[in-house]
Amino acid sequence: MSNSQDIELNGKQEFTITAYTENQIGILNRIAIIFSRRKINIESLNTSPSEIEHIHRFNIVIHETEEVVRKLCRQIEKQVEVLKVYYNTNEDIIWQELALYKVPTDIVAERAPVERLLRAFGARAVVIRKDYTVFEATGHREETDKLIEVLQPYGLIEFVRSARVAIIKDSEGFNAKLREFERREPGQEVIENEFLDKEKNVFSM
Amino acid sequence: MDTAQEEATTLTEPKKTVNVSGSVALLEGLIAEGTDTIFGYPGGAIMPIYDALYDYKDKLKHILVRHEQGGTHAGQGYARTSGKVGVVFGTSGPGATNLVTGLADAQIDSTPMVCITGQVYAHLLGTDAFQETDVINITTPVTKWNYQITDATEIPGVLAKAFYIARSGRPGPVLIDITKNAQLQMFDYEGYTPCDHVRSYRPKPLIRKEYIEQAAELINSAKKPFILFGQGVSLGNAEQEFKTFVEKSGIPAAWTILGAGAISTDHPLNVGMLGMHGNYGPNVQTNACDVLIAVGMRFDDRVTGRLDKYAKQAKVIHLDIDPAEIDKNVKADVPVWGDCKETLPLLTALIEEKQHTEWLAEFRAFDKTEQETVIQKELNPGTGEMTMGEVINQLNELTKGEAVIVTDVGQHQMVACRYAKFNHTRSNITSGGLGTMGFGLPAAIGAKFGAPDRTVVAVIGDGGFQMTLQELGTIMQSGIDVKIMILNNRFLGMVRQWQQLFHDKRYSFVDIASPDFVKLADSYYIAGRKISERDDLVSALTDMLNHKGSYLLEVMVAQEHNVFPMVPQGSSVSEIRLK
Ligand SMILES: Cc1ncc(C[n+]2csc(CCOP(=O)(O)OP(=O)(O)O)c2C)c(N)n1
Repeated sequence: MSNSQDIELNGKQEFTITAYTENQIGILNRIAIIFSRRKINIESLNTSPSEIEHIHRFNIVIHETEEVVRKLCRQIEKQVEVLKVYYNTNEDIIWQELALYKVPTDIVAERAPVERLLRAFGARAVVIRKDYTVFEATGHREETDKLIEVLQPYGLIEFVRSARVAIIKDSEGFNAKLREFERREPGQEVIENEFLDKEKNVFSM
Repeated sequence: MDTAQEEATTLTEPKKTVNVSGSVALLEGLIAEGTDTIFGYPGGAIMPIYDALYDYKDKLKHILVRHEQGGTHAGQGYARTSGKVGVVFGTSGPGATNLVTGLADAQIDSTPMVCITGQVYAHLLGTDAFQETDVINITTPVTKWNYQITDATEIPGVLAKAFYIARSGRPGPVLIDITKNAQLQMFDYEGYTPCDHVRSYRPKPLIRKEYIEQAAELINSAKKPFILFGQGVSLGNAEQEFKTFVEKSGIPAAWTILGAGAISTDHPLNVGMLGMHGNYGPNVQTNACDVLIAVGMRFDDRVTGRLDKYAKQAKVIHLDIDPAEIDKNVKADVPVWGDCKETLPLLTALIEEKQHTEWLAEFRAFDKTEQETVIQKELNPGTGEMTMGEVINQLNELTKGEAVIVTDVGQHQMVACRYAKFNHTRSNITSGGLGTMGFGLPAAIGAKFGAPDRTVVAVIGDGGFQMTLQELGTIMQSGIDVKIMILNNRFLGMVRQWQQLFHDKRYSFVDIASPDFVKLADSYYIAGRKISERDDLVSALTDMLNHKGSYLLEVMVAQEHNVFPMVPQGSSVSEIRLK
């Protein structure tokens, strides 16, 4: 469904929330329950280290009204280990999802249109084996979805798609700000549970 | 010696360390934070800490509660009267899950607490070990912050962070879960450094000058301005700043139940209580004012009633330390972010000194109506069964507004909040946001430890008392002086009131039988008395207040009496019913 059509229906549209957080155990849960307690479905969630050591970046996609999204963002930002939260509409961001498609090699090799189609979708082979080939494509949901349809008749074996990663169009100097922040006050290593595997060495009663 | 030199010497000098256990480091840290009282209950996973505590008996007072829930409410009561951080200990598993209600209560009512739970050995985590429960995940939604420690070296730093987070900004409960191996582990302790900063955490939003100016402009041009205040005033220790603001502006001010007492009940500009069972004037006038100034309150639905008919005519100025509260329920025309201890004086400086005589007279007129239709009958019924209101009224006569009043949840709570007099701040201890029955008795224990020189009176219903009455044991053993007043209507009164008004009087499971409360108290060696006659009320209250030590007074009150006024759920505040 297109965004504009949707906004007219119920004021809801797709928003991408970007959160910078400390790299701490439990922060994912703290953020996730802010959505679940309001019974809001997270459509897509990506969390990974940012370009700065110790700082993580979350990309969360939800379908909501701007008013609710603003409230959610404030409640996320209020968490002790969250540094900063932004929210953006699809117009404000450039985003991609990565998809992998596993198809039988013999069919792909034999039928010419497959190769043409793949090229049309900008897909590339990442693994070619005797029995199967894995293609990779990046794009918006609709684009990667279409390629599923295309490959289905050719014996698609497995498919997986990543969460959305998004860059905010008009953001300026995040990297510089974060780098300066980390320089002034380096973050801490996550304390790994070093005792977890020491069952035999630890006294217990 | 100049500072550069000083730094140089401290850097070159090796840090003095002592080899201690994680448990000892924890207790040293608590002492460094100024903790004097701990409410707790031991068990397997927290035994090393209790073992260490044995040697700290002269420095740390440990109060053995009878249930961990009681421990958390006591911690809350302590925090509310003292303004300090409440400290609670519990063991793993059931000890930890028993903390959840108190944590949720403290979270929603912004009460600073540090709860320490024991946890199974780190190597057993995730294995369904004996008394293992995932307390971090269970308590995440009900804590401001929580953290699991598996290595003793983390203890001083994490404890410091916990206290800092609990008490700074908008306060709240923090839980630290410490695995047993970390409690036992010996390490080189370098002493305790309090925390005053966490890099990802901004306790106070920056004050924006333009909003202060916009707010002042609105206030200066207002014809019918109205102040609503909540617990933010006392949490920010801003009572004086608030009073100055109110007096200079001449604006009538009404309170949420957690705001009660931040300005004395008798103050001429204090126009009463907001919300579902609040006063007539404040509720009606919310929908008549032209500028609404909310100070440290969060527009709870029990205060606002129906939101789409709430103060729509007014421009709203919202002062809050928590940015997430601004626009959450009521849209603010001017958001005054910041700690009200800092924002109020800035605002006061810019406003004109005024008196809103006519506007104030409107409040007086509403008050007169409420006095005639509700209050006089409630406080001086003369004949018939005793009312809760007259009990509170007589208590006021005797305590003269000097006592700390702790309540449980229900009709008696609303009546106590409506009618109790408070000369001082931090005197009304009640469970606001969560409405936790069973809060009263343990909270009163904590309140007394937090304010040992003050008279503490717990006002509790016959239902709620039976939820945490085991804490009589705590009172007995600790020997403290808490006055317990049970207002017995032989019903779960508040639910019965709703069933009467909104469910055709279908009294579904609200008649509750009670034991002989006085005998019960007696078995705990607590003096007591039960009265059902009006003529005995003054003497019974006097006996209770004069008694040396704890006392339980059971007052039989009208069975089917309703609390009015009332804003029925789903109604607008101006549709408040007087009967
Ligand atoms: C733990 C808990 N369970 C249930 C409720 C719902 N509830 C609110 S008031 C009330 C009745 C309280 O009765 P009682 O303690 O006798 O006080 P009264 O209203 O009669 O003054 C109940 C059951 C609650 N607030 N808390």
